[in-house]
Amino acid sequence: MEIKKSEITRWAAMGPRAAFGMAILKLYEEEPDFFVMSADLGSSSGLARFYTKYPEAFVNVGIAEQNLIGVAAGLAKDGTPVFATSFAPFISMRASEQIRMNMGYMSLNIKAVGLGSGLAMNTLGASHFGLEDIAVMRTIPGMTVLCPADGLQIAKCVEASKHYDGPVYIRLSGGADIIYGDDFDYEIGRSIVLKQGRDVALIAAGSIVSQTLQAAHLLEEKGITCKVVDMHTIKPLDKDTLDSLTEYKLVVTVEEHNILGGLGSAVAEYYAHKKERPRQLTLGVNDFYPHPGKYGYLLDECGLTPEKISERVMETYAEG
Amino acid sequence: MTNKELEKLALAIRRRVIKMAYECDGNVHLGGALSMVDMLAVLYGDVLRGAGRPYEERDKFVLSKGHGALALFAVLGEMGMISEERLRTYLADGSNLCAHPVMEPEIGIESSNGSLGQGISMAVGMALSAKRKKRDYRVYTIIGNGESNEGLVWEALASASQFKLDNFTVILDDNKFQNDGASENIMYDLNYKERLRAFGFQVAEIDGHHIPQIQEALKSAHAGQAPKAIVANTIKGYGISFMENDNGWHHRRLTQKNYEQAMKELEEQGYGD
Repeated sequence: MEIKKSEITRWAAMGPRAAFGMAILKLYEEEPDFFVMSADLGSSSGLARFYTKYPEAFVNVGIAEQNLIGVAAGLAKDGTPVFATSFAPFISMRASEQIRMNMGYMSLNIKAVGLGSGLAMNTLGASHFGLEDIAVMRTIPGMTVLCPADGLQIAKCVEASKHYDGPVYIRLSGGADIIYGDDFDYEIGRSIVLKQGRDVALIAAGSIVSQTLQAAHLLEEKGITCKVVDMHTIKPLDKDTLDSLTEYKLVVTVEEHNILGGLGSAVAEYYAHKKERPRQLTLGVNDFYPHPGKYGYLLDECGLTPEKISERVMETYAEG
Repeated sequence: MTNKELEKLALAIRRRVIKMAYECDGNVHLGGALSMVDMLAVLYGDVLRGAGRPYEERDKFVLSKGHGALALFAVLGEMGMISEERLRTYLADGSNLCAHPVMEPEIGIESSNGSLGQGISMAVGMALSAKRKKRDYRVYTIIGNGESNEGLVWEALASASQFKLDNFTVILDDNKFQNDGASENIMYDLNYKERLRAFGFQVAEIDGHHIPQIQEALKSAHAGQAPKAIVANTIKGYGISFMENDNGWHHRRLTQKNYEQAMKELEEQGYGD
């Protein structure tokens, strides 16, 4: 999928749903050999232009996420890629056993897309938050788990997923902050270093990469230099990069997900058996359901604003 | 196949079910396997179009009530899809011929099942794929009455109707029992026929052990624009007197005495005539 240099900023600044919908539309124009499905959230997923233009490639099963994955399996059975979309908690948990059977046990070529994950659903409340989806999805054998950080990365992630033959969970979170102002190479399983630094390594995934970068700049003002890694693939983890961080005094994971079972857990599990391993601080939603509220309120309540991230890193770093 | 040949095929499947159940020396889902044998015989003997077609154009069968797997393995054995050697691995360590189907299209097993309600949902997707890709195959699935407790069954049925899948046929093997006992005491629906009709299906209700009725229902399912449903009234454990309507045979080990009596009964029903 060609993305012109002049379009980079426009892609990067797009909200997740708009970027997802545009990426699907553009990809289908070039490669009309896949299906896209929704459980009555097509327009809310940025897919209105797609299903208006290409109804033959779109399937809406109504508000029935379990059947969404079952029908996707039937469509994917001959190897055809199928993007099955819904909001993150519904697709990852209402349909989790269908995902286990069809995408795990049978390894069918489905790309389950969880929209509005993390805290993106703000005032809709925790019924719509995606706080457990990474934990559920990464425990399914053979599953690839992707968390793109901005609109441009979403476009690249959608294309890479389509070309990858196997089950993928794509977790789309909120925000429209630009992380990638320039073009970059995207490869499933290979993380991207966004900033160099000597003292602390910050690892994040999804739209919270933006707050993490801002926290890194605040820390630098206090004299703590930070390396920032965009771990856009949570499974399989980029082990080479994790191995390269073992000499850091502190590794910090930042995620818009329960601190149990997500990126932080994945990194900790990887380091657990290593002889040489860094100390790790795991930042995320601390095993509770945040109150409904605007995105800024939620980040504050969860301790995930740039200021709170930097304060918590500083405290731990100062302990030596 | 003629009616007589189909009856003989059904008997051969039953005989194989009993033999495999005995030889595997483990607990086996017998009642629900035996209740659908006659439907499998007609499907494989007379309905499914496979020979001479490339895989993508072959009719597909999905066993949604996956715990009936033994009968599926038996019919695939009779049709020469699964070798005798492979059939002998039933319930052996590491063998995919376990209590529920494990996907292996090369031997005619279209999907991994065992989680009730999921097979019919996938079968709807397969039928929809034929429509979208303009392929000439039909999709058949057997669901159980117990399985029909699952909400997903009804999501799948509604979508088959919405997508106008005239190439989709669901057979409800209504043997009136489920794991914990008689369905009427658990979650019984007296009106499957009306309910399926209300879901937009073209519905036939038959005696699921009467070969001509099964044939007629499956053949008339080729006509008409709606998806098709066949409510088959069956007897759990059909064909073996001491198993019929005894839910103790839902999942049980066959002793030598049981085996000998069952085989004797099948001989008397004309196997090998």
